[in-house]
This record gives sequence, structure tokens and C-alpha cells, in this order.
Amino acid sequence: MDVVLLSRIQFGFAAGFHFLFPPLTLGLTLVIFILESLYVKRNEEIYKTVSDFLVRIFALIFVVGAATGISLEFAFGTNWSNYSRMVGDIFGAPLAAEGVFAFFMESIFLGVLVFGRNKVSKKMYRLSAFLVLFGAHLSGLWILIANSFMQTPAGYEIIEGRAVLTNFFEAAVNHSTLERYSHTIIASWVAGSLLAAGIASWYLLKEKFIEHAKILLKVSIVVFIFAGILQLFTGHLHAVQVAKTQPAKLAAFEGLWETQTKAPLSLFGIPDAEKETTHFEIGIPSMLSIMVYFDSNAKIQGLKDFPKDERPPVFIVFTVYHIMIILGTLFVAMALLSSYLLFKNKFWDSKWFLRLLLFSIPLPHIAIQTGWMAAEIGRQPWAVYGVLKTADAASVVVPAWQVLFTLIMFVIIYTLIFVIFMKLILKIIRKGPEPIKQYSY
Amino acid sequence: MEFIDFLRSTWFVLVGVLLMGYAILDGFDLGIGVLFRFLGKNKKEKRALLNSIGPFWDGNEVWLITGAGALFASFPHAYATIFSGFYLALMLVLFALIFRAISIEFYAHHDEGRSFWEWSFIIGSFLPSLLYGVALGNVIVGVPLNSSMEFTGNFFTLLRPFPLVVGLLGLNAILLQGSTYVAVKTSNDIQTRARNITNKLWISFIVLFVLSSILAFIYVPGSVGSILSWLATIVVIAGWAMIKQALKKGKDTLAFYMSSLTFIGLWGIVGAIHFPNLVKASNDSALSLTIYNASSTQLTLTVMLIIALIGMPLVILYNVYIFKTFKGKIRVGDSN
Repeated sequence: MDVVLLSRIQFGFAAGFHFLFPPLTLGLTLVIFILESLYVKRNEEIYKTVSDFLVRIFALIFVVGAATGISLEFAFGTNWSNYSRMVGDIFGAPLAAEGVFAFFMESIFLGVLVFGRNKVSKKMYRLSAFLVLFGAHLSGLWILIANSFMQTPAGYEIIEGRAVLTNFFEAAVNHSTLERYSHTIIASWVAGSLLAAGIASWYLLKEKFIEHAKILLKVSIVVFIFAGILQLFTGHLHAVQVAKTQPAKLAAFEGLWETQTKAPLSLFGIPDAEKETTHFEIGIPSMLSIMVYFDSNAKIQGLKDFPKDERPPVFIVFTVYHIMIILGTLFVAMALLSSYLLFKNKFWDSKWFLRLLLFSIPLPHIAIQTGWMAAEIGRQPWAVYGVLKTADAASVVVPAWQVLFTLIMFVIIYTLIFVIFMKLILKIIRKGPEPIKQYSY
Repeated sequence: MEFIDFLRSTWFVLVGVLLMGYAILDGFDLGIGVLFRFLGKNKKEKRALLNSIGPFWDGNEVWLITGAGALFASFPHAYATIFSGFYLALMLVLFALIFRAISIEFYAHHDEGRSFWEWSFIIGSFLPSLLYGVALGNVIVGVPLNSSMEFTGNFFTLLRPFPLVVGLLGLNAILLQGSTYVAVKTSNDIQTRARNITNKLWISFIVLFVLSSILAFIYVPGSVGSILSWLATIVVIAGWAMIKQALKKGKDTLAFYMSSLTFIGLWGIVGAIHFPNLVKASNDSALSLTIYNASSTQLTLTVMLIIALIGMPLVILYNVYIFKTFKGKIRVGDSN
């Protein structure tokens, strides 16, 4: 088998698995921090109990996320050493900065959250919750700065075959950093708040821990409503940015072959790369031009504008993008529905809606994974858009059999971790938010 | 000296400091992992051992992540050569680290799987503790490289006498970190066991240190003549001798600090005999990766230095805070 393909599968698998966890930590810390703030303000034990419960869940999620994150940093050296040589001058710094500025803060103050309830003051505990929240979000920023450089490189020039930094700020805050960051962070809030809301709904449906569940649900549903609706706007901004800076990717998102004015917004279709057409296409006429440029006469580039070897694999990119869009729309609908039910005072009695929240727990993850696939597969065949092709980025000294071997190991190990993780998290949830004895310290 | 060479030298030192911070801090929880079954004889004692590292190990591991990131950013060619060249060995380290991190958390919750996670904690701590030194020994003694800076050896190239002895020495230093730390954090039976283990490790350490020094004289040209490395050797010997003194007086905290000082001395020797090399070429010294041919540009190194100057004081502050907050002894049986 081809070593580049194997390394791509391995990185995709490892990154995809890892990416199940950090979004939850981002969303859950937000809920934890709000609970801690309420605890300081109102001084009622129940907030503490609910928060402690979330911290237990959070700790488990964080550890799996942290443990599986190292493999990605290593992978740039192990599997993508040419990439490291070629763009290390720019790409390494955000990874190091992530450690220095963010990951230390997050890990160390998580230690306070898990072990320090009886060791530090209420306000210090709240501050620790804030620092974990802040560290997690800062960590995401540096990682997405690195990723955004791969999508829309800036602040560099090519000297003797290597990308060399010319302006750090331009490289860091490049043409897609802010759009990508806000879109990813808010997706994480959706994922984290829906997990918390789903768990609380389950308690309400089972009529267990009702008082705790109500508090948890109140806080998390507010975050969910806010994030779910906000995502509509960040998603729009992100798509506009893709249209302007990575037109081949947008054309693949939309299955658009011909460059045209009055370009339609695709709702359904089956793109066919061989025949250069999209079958069974259903779209809203002119809508894509309007959404990107607020002008139906604006021209949108089609895939045929790009040489065949510079087009992303259109079928998969189109499909995952549309799955994400459908789910994003669903979250907006659910957010509006939640607000309506709250406003009408029917929220707590709507068992069907609580059930919907419960069964929606996995959906943000599908949206995040498909959105990420759309972004990264849509970047192909480039590792760094327009600068370095993925085929030229891999390590040259690592034979295919070794990558195959480690890939199999990854699949076995991560499957094992996932199964046990699910088992343990369900165990913690079943035990529920009852005050339990703290870890000794 | 030109400014860029000042930056390159600075980053050589800073990457070393980050990895040293990792060795000293994660060293104690790795060491506890390897010695887990020797130190803890029942469930409550094992729980106490895990609680002694509970609030710290996560943050300790960030030193590795940051050190690797700093190596990547400041010397991308060295990062590329080492990580791709030592592919299988580093993947083994990686899988071990994953298992180890997971097992610390899963051990607490997963009753049916407890002995599995215990062993995964032990093996997951043992493999990296040994292999870090082996990898370091290899870049010091040199590996075969070609003119495009690529490693041309294989897995067995890595298993030569000098790297293996350095691996054992590193393991021994890590175990000492673990055993002296446990003596600080516990009392009664565990503490006595930890002190006894420290006594044994104290002897094996000097044997391995002398052996690796002799091998260094043979295999690493220039190591005899480096004054800095002799100074660092004095630090190692002094730290090592003081461990025993501290133990005799029952000063466990001092013993832990002296063990850490010994480790600092070891890193000093590495830096002194290795500078300005990053990965030596065993076949032709002109092919070696040095701070001069493997570094990032002046701008990147400058930006990184600014990041370090702002960030590292904060990192030290967080570390001091967490160790202060959770100082004191763990009581056996007083656990969740």
C-alpha cells in the first residue's frame, strides 16, 4: 500500500478520535464555570454538587483528549517529516506556544478542580475553573492558528524550497484564523452544552436527581440556545471566507462545476468527478452568489476552473459538508424550539423534547467530524494550500509496513479506550450528582 | 557572535531546559509507575501512590509536549530526522504514554479492569523511562545520516552499547526521582520501602554513571576535554553523594531535591558534550545536524524567544502554585 495514503488514514483516524474529546472539554468548562459563579454568588451547596459531578465527567474526557493529542504532535515528525522540514519555520511555533501559554494552565488548574475542592477557597476554585476554561480556549486558538496556516497560508515566503516566516502576526491571524476559530469554538459549546443538557434530561425522564438536573439543564440549555443560533452566523462567515480564499474547496462543498454568475446553493446532489457533473441536483437559484457576495450577479468559480489534479475529492467533500449543514440547521431549530418552550413555560413538561435532547447528544460530534472532514479533505491535494502537496509532505524513510503496523495498533488501542471510556462515563452518569467524598488530599 | 547564532545557542539551551524540566517532574511520576508494585503492596497503598501524583502528573507531561514543540519550532530538521528515523521506537513510546495516561484515570473507575490498568500503568511508565535515554544516547553517539539529513539505519541501529547504557542510566535517574518523591509524600510502610529502594538505586546509579562515562570517553570524541562537562560531572557526583547524606538524616525532601540536582547535572553533561550538535552523523561528521544547519530562521527564533520570555515565568508560577497547594503527606486509606 501507498505510504502517503497510510499516513493520511492514520493521521485522519488519530485526529478524528482525538477531536471527539476537546470540544466537550471546551463546552463543559463553560458550564462548570457558570455553575461555580452561581455557587459563589448564591452560596447554595447544590451548585457545588452539580459542578463536582461535571468535573468528574470532565476529568475523564480531558485525560482521553490529552493522551490522544500527543500522537498528533508526534505525527508531524514521525509521518510528515518533509512537511516539518518544509514549513517547520512557521508551523512549529504555534504548537510550542500552545504548550507554554495554554496547556500548562489548563492541566495544572484542572488538578485544582479535581483534587482541590477542600484545599482552596470558593473564589480560588472559581478562578481555577476560569483558568481551565481560558486555557482550553487558548489551546484551541493556537492549534487552529496552525491549522489555518495550512488552509490559507500568509506571512511567509518560499526561500530555497522552504516556507520562511516573514511576518508572525500575518501568519498567525491569516485569512481564515478568526472564522475557523469562532466556528470551531461555538461548535464545541454546542457539543458540550448538549451533553450536559442530555444528561440532565435523562435524569428528569427517569425522575432522579430532579433538583440537580433542573439546575444543570437550565444552565446548559441557555448555553445551547446561544451557541446553536450563533453558529448560523459563524458558519456563514466561514463559508464566505472559504469562497474567497479557497474557491476549489467551496466548489467541492457545493458540487459546482461551471464558473457562473447566479450560482445556485446546492441542497442535494450526487457529484460525479469522472463525468464532471452533479446528478439529481437540487438547488436554490442564485442563492450561493447572494450569500457570498450579496449580489446575484457575482461570479462563483466552478471545479472545472481548476486542473484535475488540484481538485479535492468532490463526492466525499460534498457529502460530509451537507451532513454538517443539515445538523447545523437542526441545532438552530432545536435552539429556537427550546426558547419557545421556555418562553411558553412548557419546557419542563415537554417529555418529548427532553427525549430529543437526550438522543441528540451524539449529533454535534457528527457535525464536528463531518465539518472537519469537509475542511481538511476539501483542502486536498494540498497539505498547505497552494504551497505543498500532501504527497510531498510525508516522511521518506518510514516504510509502508511500519505505518500499516502502527495504524493497526492505533485502531486496536483507540477502540479499547473508547469502549472502556463509554462504560466508565455511563457509570459516573448513573451514579449521578450526589455529594460523594472528595479525593483525599 | 552573530545574533542568529546567539538565538540558536539559546534555543539549544532552552529545549534542553524544557526536556530537563520534563525529566525531573514527570520523572517522579514515571518512576512511581515503574516501581508501583514494589512500593504499594495493597489496594489502599496503591491508591495513595496514585493520589500522590494525582494533581501533578498531567501538568508534568506538558513539559514534554512543550519541549517537543520547541524542538519542532526551533530546529525543524532535527525534529523531522529524529522522529521519522526512530519511527518504531517513538511510536512505542507514544503508545506507552497513551496507555499510561489513560490507566491512571481508568484505574480509579474501572473495578473489573483494575489489574489490567495497573500493568498498563507500569509498562507504560517503564518503556518511555528506558527509551528516552536510548534515543538521547543515539543522537549523542551518532546515527547514520545521508546528505538530505535522513536517517539511513534501522531499528537495530538504535540498540548499541552506549545508547543502551545511557537508557539504563536515565531509567535509574527516573526511578530515583520516583522513590525519593514517594518518601516525601508518604509515611510508615510505603515510606520505609521507598527509602530502601532509594538506597539500592543509589548504588546502581553510580555503577551506570561510571560505565556510561567510560563508554562516552570511547565513543564520543571530545567528551574528555570539555570543561563544562567536568563541572556538570561534579554536580552529578555532589548531588548523588548528598542523596545518601540526606537519607541518613531522614531529610526526604532534601533527598528528592538532590536527586533532581543529579538529574540537572546529567543534562548539563549532555549539553556540554553534544553542543552544537543536534543529531550527530556516525558515518561522516560533515553530515551532522547542528544548531547551524538545522535551525529555523532568525525571525522565528526571535518570536519564539519572546513567547518563552512571556510564557515561562507564568508556567513556573503555576507549577509553584500547584505544588504549594498540594504539599504535605498522603494518608493511606484516606481515599475515594
